Amino acid sequence: MDFSYSDEQRMLKDMVDRLVAEQYDFDTREAARASSAGYSTQMWQQFAELGLLGVPLSEDAGGFDGGGAELMVVAEGFGRALVVEPYLASVVLCGHLIDALADGVHKAELAESIISGEMRYALACHEPDGGYDPHWIATTARADGDGYVLDGSKAVVAHGDSADRLIVIARSSGEPGDRDGLSAFLVDASAQGVARRGYPTIDGHRAADITLANVRVGGDALLGEARQAGAALDAALERGVIYLCAEATGAMDRACELTLEYLKQRKQFGVPIGSFQALQHRMVDMRIALEKVRALTFWAACSLESAPDERRQRIAAAKVMVGRAGRQVAEEAIQLFGGMGMMEESAIAHYAKRIVMIDHWLGDHRWHMAAFRRALVDGDNALANAA
Amino acid sequence: MDIEYNDAERAFRDEVRGFLAENLPATIAEKVNNYRRLSRDETVHWHRVLGEKGWLAMHWPTEYGGPGWSPIQKHIFEEESAAAGAPRLLPFGINMVAPVIIKFGSQAQKDYYLPRMLTMDDWWAQGYSEPGAGSDLASLKMRAERQGDHYIVNGQKTWTTLGQHANMIFCLVRTDPQAAKKQEGISFLLIDMNSPGVTVRPLITLDGEHEVNEVFFDNVEVPVENRVGEENKGWTYAKYLLTFERTGIAGVGISKAALAHLKTIAHEYRIRGQRLIEQPAFADRLAEIEIELMAVEMTNLRVVAAAEAGGVPGAESSFLKIMGTEVRQKISDLYREAVGPYALPFIDEDDAPVGPDFAGVAAPTYFNLRKLSIFGGSNEIQKNIISKAILGL
Repeated sequence: MDFSYSDEQRMLKDMVDRLVAEQYDFDTREAARASSAGYSTQMWQQFAELGLLGVPLSEDAGGFDGGGAELMVVAEGFGRALVVEPYLASVVLCGHLIDALADGVHKAELAESIISGEMRYALACHEPDGGYDPHWIATTARADGDGYVLDGSKAVVAHGDSADRLIVIARSSGEPGDRDGLSAFLVDASAQGVARRGYPTIDGHRAADITLANVRVGGDALLGEARQAGAALDAALERGVIYLCAEATGAMDRACELTLEYLKQRKQFGVPIGSFQALQHRMVDMRIALEKVRALTFWAACSLESAPDERRQRIAAAKVMVGRAGRQVAEEAIQLFGGMGMMEESAIAHYAKRIVMIDHWLGDHRWHMAAFRRALVDGDNALANAA
Repeated sequence: MDIEYNDAERAFRDEVRGFLAENLPATIAEKVNNYRRLSRDETVHWHRVLGEKGWLAMHWPTEYGGPGWSPIQKHIFEEESAAAGAPRLLPFGINMVAPVIIKFGSQAQKDYYLPRMLTMDDWWAQGYSEPGAGSDLASLKMRAERQGDHYIVNGQKTWTTLGQHANMIFCLVRTDPQAAKKQEGISFLLIDMNSPGVTVRPLITLDGEHEVNEVFFDNVEVPVENRVGEENKGWTYAKYLLTFERTGIAGVGISKAALAHLKTIAHEYRIRGQRLIEQPAFADRLAEIEIELMAVEMTNLRVVAAAEAGGVPGAESSFLKIMGTEVRQKISDLYREAVGPYALPFIDEDDAPVGPDFAGVAAPTYFNLRKLSIFGGSNEIQKNIISKAILGL
């Protein structure tokens, strides 16, 4: 057993931590958020120059070949600073799909466009009627000559408004809910028939509802085999969940720090409010909640190479805990900040919003609890297999 | 980074498993797994088996008979023991007073008491709490007055776990009532419970068990050589005892065994023809607790790994105490809910059981385990420790 970072992981962590500490203060973040893209394209370019956009991509795609631990290191640092750039959408989700499905020169070109920051990608998967189910795909892909025609609607696509390219999950056969029959298509966001309605999300990011009406793409738009994208999609989403859990860990860690500082500095009745035992215990409860999230995120991130059942269960467990313990930390932070916690101008309010809303991206605690419970009913025993 | 055990650790785990399979009596394991109380003889037997093997005093230095295990090995041993249904080791002698004797005791005390612990010739009890001094330990009142080469001891201890079986007790006593601070003027005495003037009275807990006692001291003569360390410096030793490295404080192995037992019931027990595990509300609660336990386990392993790397767990053990006891209480709470109306019958162990044979212990165990968040420094006290030591509040 070895819980320490390797030298490379340590260097990556130092780089990310330094970057956000020196260049990503709260005002900078707010300015980026207010821009038209909803984030700083300049910052994005800097991520590219530092090599961060290649971290989770494989070596043959030109990436850093990072695993769960590397993903965790990057996301946790980004979480501490509430980074709003589209790392999850472009690099983690779409990067993995390209890595897993594209091949040869095509893959190298596509990956290069991500790693260089030249093109930004978004994953158009979830649909209006599907809730958190990534297999509830009604969008159709119809063969048309040597290309395809796509029709359907996509809901709350993270950073779908500013993306240059979309990876659209469409159904080539089967019914909504089936994992079989899904195909992944590369679609230019400005293609004829693509309509996007972009909007801000309450946690400081941006998303878009997207409709595809008679969108014609060439045969080379299909990533991988037709009808076979389900497994790669699931794997990409698992990485996305790990990313979100680690981002939540970083954000919760920072929220705890900010709250602790506030307890020491804010005075009422002539003494720091942190001297009140009732508030001390609430602060301790926040830290315990953080420890639980950190522990399960760590476990999930280190399980990326484990057997599928184990991996799924650990990732689900982490997301469940993020949803529950995250809400607790966010609510307690606002409570302990009192009126200041309610203010748009205070950083803590933005931490609270991001931490709570992470539960709404890629499956909430109920969704993942159901996945975890299925394994339980089937007689699996995550704990028996642990360590 | 690698969260799996390495080859050496796995080999050690296999060795422990093999030993347990060969040496742990099935009757004892069966009792432990079903939350039934062990007799004095059964408890002593298992301690002696481990003592002979050299595995009893796992926190001791090897020169005194410790096995020289690393923190991860200790963790593996505790985990495997719990999984096999081995009795939990009595901490009072081996893990509490022994480290104090080893660090602060006289050579004579080491030579005499330590070997007797390994053979269970002495059964130790803890004499810290008093009726007016629980979590606020320093307000203790029991007096010891020096008279020549003896102390004359008067007063009372309470919550003395398994004191009915003990022949030795270590006590914090007040030797200087005039001391400026209440933490000063306290000494640490080793007292023979067979001395004239010692009376043990059972306290029956709400689950009907005789687990704890009150102990009265009426002009008890204690030789001065039974004092550990210096007079009036007992608080230092007491604190050392309380903060002594205990990564096992989270009780992960015990919780895992308890959860596994509950899951077996959930998979087999049917109500209205349906297995408990098929009821979504029950399954969700079970899943929630399992997730929580996974978090405790991973937190525990991180602390163990830090200890392995040379760090000494300090206030982190307060986190583990709170997390570990809360999850264990939740398991027993769900167990109680699982048996439905059969939680109600309150039948003596020797009488014919009512309902399924796993039902009788559910409610008493639930009530008994309320103690977890109270003893060893209540969970609120642990939060105070974290507030001060980690958060700096």
